[in-house]
This record gives sequence, structure tokens and C-alpha cells, in this order.
Amino acid sequence: MKALLIRDIRLALRAGGGFGLGLAFFLIVIVMVPFAVGADTGLLSKIAPGVLWIGALLACLLSLDRLLALDFEDGTLDLLATAPLPIEAALSVKALAHWITTGLPLVIAAPVLGVLMNLPTQGYGWLVLSLLLGTPALSVIGTFGAALTVGIKRGGLLLSLLVLPLYVPTLIFGAEAARRGAAGADVSTPLLLLAGISAATIALMPIASAAVLKVNLR
Amino acid sequence: MSLWEYANPVKFLRLSERVLSTLWVLAISSTVVGLVWGFFFTPDDIRQGSTVKIIYIHVPAALMAINAWFMMLVASLIWLIRRHHVSALAAKAAAPVGVVMTLIALITGAIWGQPMWGTWWVWDPRLTSFLILFLFYLGYVALWEAIEDSDTAADLTAVLCIVGSVFAVLSRYAVNFWNQGLHQGTSIPVATGERSVADVFFVPLLISMVGFGLLFLALTLYRTGTEIRVRRTKALLAREGRS
Repeated sequence: MKALLIRDIRLALRAGGGFGLGLAFFLIVIVMVPFAVGADTGLLSKIAPGVLWIGALLACLLSLDRLLALDFEDGTLDLLATAPLPIEAALSVKALAHWITTGLPLVIAAPVLGVLMNLPTQGYGWLVLSLLLGTPALSVIGTFGAALTVGIKRGGLLLSLLVLPLYVPTLIFGAEAARRGAAGADVSTPLLLLAGISAATIALMPIASAAVLKVNLR
Repeated sequence: MSLWEYANPVKFLRLSERVLSTLWVLAISSTVVGLVWGFFFTPDDIRQGSTVKIIYIHVPAALMAINAWFMMLVASLIWLIRRHHVSALAAKAAAPVGVVMTLIALITGAIWGQPMWGTWWVWDPRLTSFLILFLFYLGYVALWEAIEDSDTAADLTAVLCIVGSVFAVLSRYAVNFWNQGLHQGTSIPVATGERSVADVFFVPLLISMVGFGLLFLALTLYRTGTEIRVRRTKALLAREGRS
């Protein structure tokens, strides 16, 4: 498992792995927002938590089609499926690697971009915490989407169509927690619900992902 | 004789052929009776005027939009557990009907909402979760279309349907939390047995709901038959190509 994790992270970090692409995409989305809605700082600070969440979510989505497709093409997935390691565990590790290479950098970058968006001071901690709790859920749900579309050529658009509706609850609670945090209100309810969603998806989604991946490898 | 007998495509087709003509007649007549009665033979509501009459399309369509997804869920489970092809094809056949029902519910709701709420659309929990249901339907249909091998497609869409159901319910309650509603509560709560709709409106509404239900059943049976025949044709063509 450790070997697989290290291999996946290495592959993502080295050239062609697309590491940093998600981060750059996140940056660009955030930079584009003021151009679209105007540079009014009051408005920007009001929409900052939601925009940052949407940006992180889209950046996460962008890197999903690389998650399994390359391994599927060169046969690594077939090897993983026949290895003694249960395929659920392999997919959990792959989701973890995806989170470390995509989700975690987004969490770290979010406060910096929060400055660009004029996020209120008390909102930073809650934004980071909500992203920290929410992005693992995005990764495991995304792994399910990637497993679902791995056999389809040019499945990227379909992947978005399938995964985005599944992201709705995570987005609602995550953005709500960040919004309440920025407004100085009580955040415990959305934050706890977000943590619940993350815990449940981390526990259950790999089973569904493994089921569809087995079908695709058949 | 058990229900599973109709998992055999031949028996299923024979049954559906026998039932379908009656079902069509019943479905169309009760829909027409419900709608015509509702549109022309009920009084206008004291506050809503004649816009109230859209209820005879809106409520049955919304009802069937949810029930169609539920039927797909049951059919998907049957396919995953017992591997009856008819079941998978029935789920596939029901999905576009569900899409249309969802769309009808959304559009009629918007048309009613414009004069009544003064807006075509609000981000109300009920409206939003229906829109999300619509997206789930689209994803489901798109996945069926995207995969060539029909057994793989059936497996993948079945899992998607189950996971989607969980997330659809989750979203339903998440949006409740996210925004307060404008949509009125249900007019016919089954659990308490009370209702806020007067009999003059309720009877045609009930007929219309039965009509939409039968219409859904007839369309799904018909489309399932088509899917079975399409698959049979493909099998025949493949056999000819080989010999």
C-alpha cells in the first residue's frame, strides 16, 4: 500500500503528471472572478468563501480523469486488480494520493487566494478547516466517477456530468461553513455535517468504486 | 407461478403485449378525463384564479418523476442481485420517461410561479432538489449512451443509480439546510390523512395522478419491449456476421 501511495505521488509530481495544474487552474479561476463580477471589494469579500470553494471543487474535478485513465491504458490497473491487495484498498490509496497531490495544495493555497478575494480576517481559519474536511470527500467521490468512466474514451465531459451532482452536499456544507465563518457566525453545524459526509464517503465510496472498476476491467 | 417468470424476455413480451393495449386505453382515458375535468369543469381558486389548474399536470408529473427514479433503483437492484436482463432494460427504458416528467414538473412549476410568486425560479429546496434530480437523470442517460457493451453499461448504470439515490436524498436534506423554502408543503399528506385541497379539485387531481402513473407504466413497458427487440436484433445480426 505504501509503495503504491509513493508511486502515485511520484508519478503525479514528476513531469507530465499534472501536479500543479490543478493549483494553477484554481489561481486562474479566482483571478477571473473579479473580471466577471467587478472589483468592488465589498461584493468580493461577500462571495469569497463560495467562490473559493467552487474554485477548489473545479480544480479537483479537472485532475480526476488522470486518476485512473493512465493506469488503465498501460495495464497497471489489471495488475492491481490481480494483486493480493483488495481493490477497495488500492482505490482508497489512489484517492489518498489524489488528495495529497491535489486537495492538500488547494487547502494550502486557499488563504493566499483569499487575500485576492478580500476575505474577512476571521474567515481564513474556517475556510482552511472546511476545505481540509471537505476535499477528501471530493477525492473519494471523484475516484468513483473516474472508475465509472475509465473505459470510455474522451470521458472527461461525462465524468463532470456524473461527478458534479454528487458533489452537491459536500459543496453546500463546505461553502456554508466557510461563509458562516467569514460572517462571524456559528459554524459548528455545517462543519460537523461536512465532517460526517467526509467520513461516510471515505468509508463507503471505495466499495462502490471497486465494484464499478471490476466491471470495467472485466 | 412467480413474478420472476417474467424475467424471461419471451414471457415478458407476451405479457406486455397482452396488457399493453388495455393499459394504453386506461392510461390515456384517465389522463384525458383528469385533465379535461380539471381544466374545464372545476371552479377557479379564490386567490390563485385559473392558474391553480396547472396542478393537474404539475403534481402528477412531479410524483412520477420521483417514482420513476425509485422504479429504476429497484430494477437496478434486481439486475445486480439476480442478473435478469429485462430488469436492466426496464431501468434503461424508464429513464427518458423520468427525464421528461422531471422537465414537465420544472417547467409547469416555473409557469405557475411567475404570476404567483412573481418569479420564474427561486432557489427553494424543493425546486433545487428537483433540478439536482434532473441532473442525475441526465448523467444516468448519458452513461447508458456512452458505453457500447450493454452488460457493462447495465452494471455501471445500476451502481450509479444506487449511489445517485443516496446522494439525491442527501442533497434533498442538504438544500433544506442551505436555503429556506417558498414552495408550499404537500397538499395531500398521506401519513396524516389530512389534506388542504377541496374535493372539487382533489377528485380530478387523483384521476390525473392515476393517469400519469398508468402512462408511465405503459410507456416503460412499451420501451422495455423495444429494448428487448433491439437487443435481439443485434444478437441475430452478430450471429449472421459470424457464419
